[in-house]
Amino acid sequence: MFYRETGQFRTSYAQDSQILPLRQDRIGMAFLLLAAIMIPFVANAYWLSAIMIPWLILSLVALGQNILMGYAGQLSLGSAGFMAVGAFSCYNFILRIDGIPFIVAVILSGVCAALVGIVFGLPSLRIRGLYLAVATLASQFFIVWSLDKFGWFKNYDPSGVITAQKIVIMGYTLDTPAQKYWVVLGIVAVLALLAKNMARGSVGRGWMAVRDMDVAAEVTGLSLLRTKLQAFAISSFYCGVGGALFAFAYLQTVEPSAFTIDLSFRILFMVIIGGLGTIIGSFLGAGFILLVPIFMNIFFHGLFGHAVDASIISASEQVLFGVMIISFMIFEPLGLARLWQLTKERLRLWPFKH
Amino acid sequence: MTAPIQHSTLQPTERAYPIGAPVLELDSISLRFGGVHALTNISFNVLEHEIRAIIGPNGAGKSSMLNVINGIYVPQEGTIKFRGNVLNGMTPTKAAAMGISRTFQNIALFKGMTVLDNIMAGRTLHSHATFLEVAFQAPRARREETESREIAEEIIEFLEIEHIRKTPVARLPYGLQKRVELGRALAARPSVLLLDEPMAGMNIEEKQDMCRSILDVNDHYGTTVVLIEHDMGVVMDISDRVVVLDYGKKIVDGTPDEVRSNQNVIDAYLGVAH
Repeated sequence: MFYRETGQFRTSYAQDSQILPLRQDRIGMAFLLLAAIMIPFVANAYWLSAIMIPWLILSLVALGQNILMGYAGQLSLGSAGFMAVGAFSCYNFILRIDGIPFIVAVILSGVCAALVGIVFGLPSLRIRGLYLAVATLASQFFIVWSLDKFGWFKNYDPSGVITAQKIVIMGYTLDTPAQKYWVVLGIVAVLALLAKNMARGSVGRGWMAVRDMDVAAEVTGLSLLRTKLQAFAISSFYCGVGGALFAFAYLQTVEPSAFTIDLSFRILFMVIIGGLGTIIGSFLGAGFILLVPIFMNIFFHGLFGHAVDASIISASEQVLFGVMIISFMIFEPLGLARLWQLTKERLRLWPFKH
Repeated sequence: MTAPIQHSTLQPTERAYPIGAPVLELDSISLRFGGVHALTNISFNVLEHEIRAIIGPNGAGKSSMLNVINGIYVPQEGTIKFRGNVLNGMTPTKAAAMGISRTFQNIALFKGMTVLDNIMAGRTLHSHATFLEVAFQAPRARREETESREIAEEIIEFLEIEHIRKTPVARLPYGLQKRVELGRALAARPSVLLLDEPMAGMNIEEKQDMCRSILDVNDHYGTTVVLIEHDMGVVMDISDRVVVLDYGKKIVDGTPDEVRSNQNVIDAYLGVAH
């Protein structure tokens, strides 16, 4: 009843292809952004630094993975490796270039990750599907190994765990969780908007064409080489920026062991659960994989904390989480984004059936 | 070698785009896959604005012929001339850049995209905005997007598929998918259109619709059409000239009437007592 397009007429193609054609969506998005900005005024430091900041950062990385896997159809398992490139580039830029603005360092880190991504994307021109995933696995291991092996990247720090520099923007040192949260929110919001613009424009159509039918894509004049490498580069850029933020705004340390294959798999699951080939799915999927275990933990410890052994509780949480993922994939293989879309379609008619 | 032109459907004076000089000239094309001779020493030409059919029994090499023309296969021998220039090292992308579009025998649509997106994807060659311009919605990216949309809408109207414009193509019935694929090929505004069995698997109404679309495209845009088709009635009705292949060899080249009465063609299709 409230969510329908009645009375909203679009009279030009530009209007019809705008980012949020429905007035209700525009209002909703404005509210969401406003709420996101206001969160630090109501949430405590734990919520900000343990939940909101990692959620946003992992959403950004999932978005990068989604561009590559969901839109361009190139299965990759190297996202944590590209995150590591971003984190270490950011560390080195700030260390070695005096007075480099933090935002510039983050963007340059993304560019570094993009270059590495192009190199590791080269196999995609010859192999596809699961075989490509195995090939990109090499990037994961090679990058983490070389960051450990060559001391220059860590500035010859013997401990292996480097403390990340402070985030300094325009002379102000941002060290409270709220300030870091705003920085992360700003970067993630802008990059998500850019991703949406690419996805709905000619760039996204090129990616999806390569994903759906590469021979036909070539016949329309698309260069497979350029499109695939572009997808790898942009995806790795997002992962790299995410990695830099992950190290600087969340972990506050820069260490290769933070970017293991485990993290790559979690990001892969975020994309699959969230919904392949959707922007919103990256956020929903990251939220699901990151937050559900945390809430389950709090809930079960509150419920059985005194009666049952803690290790049994955490083991059963894992089992339950696994069951949730499996059953979710059976009932809604297209992910959380599909659920959201179905809800919107139902809302158009609600509460009247016709 | 080249047959005279006769119009089975329209008188010459009625055509908005009269048939002109050769666009494509294929000279002694041979294509082998290992020991299999897919095409042997085939020569024919395609004239500007004509509808040219390639027919033949299964396995005659018709699809291979189209794949050679648009660079998916590279023949071992022979040359292809496009508007008088010899083509070397053809690729599908180069063919597209020269104005050659095509459809496929098995529908090759982008399944996860809507009809509109599929047709707009056909505009690839006309989108010059870089990914940064698209990401930041720079003026050029916006202008190209609107332009592509206008052309896509024109084609949608032309093919009478307005009602399904935002439907994902995977949900459409076969006949409509074929039409969308034609739309995608048209979106590039090609000068030569290659159609690989555009009417395969269609019922009679769908075939008639498709025939009308092909004739309209030819008449309205002056597009040169090269098509492969099994339905003899269709071929004889809409094409200007017909090449008949059998076992990778050209057996006849001529107007529909000549082809119809040719003994070799009858033998190839009906079989012959040895």
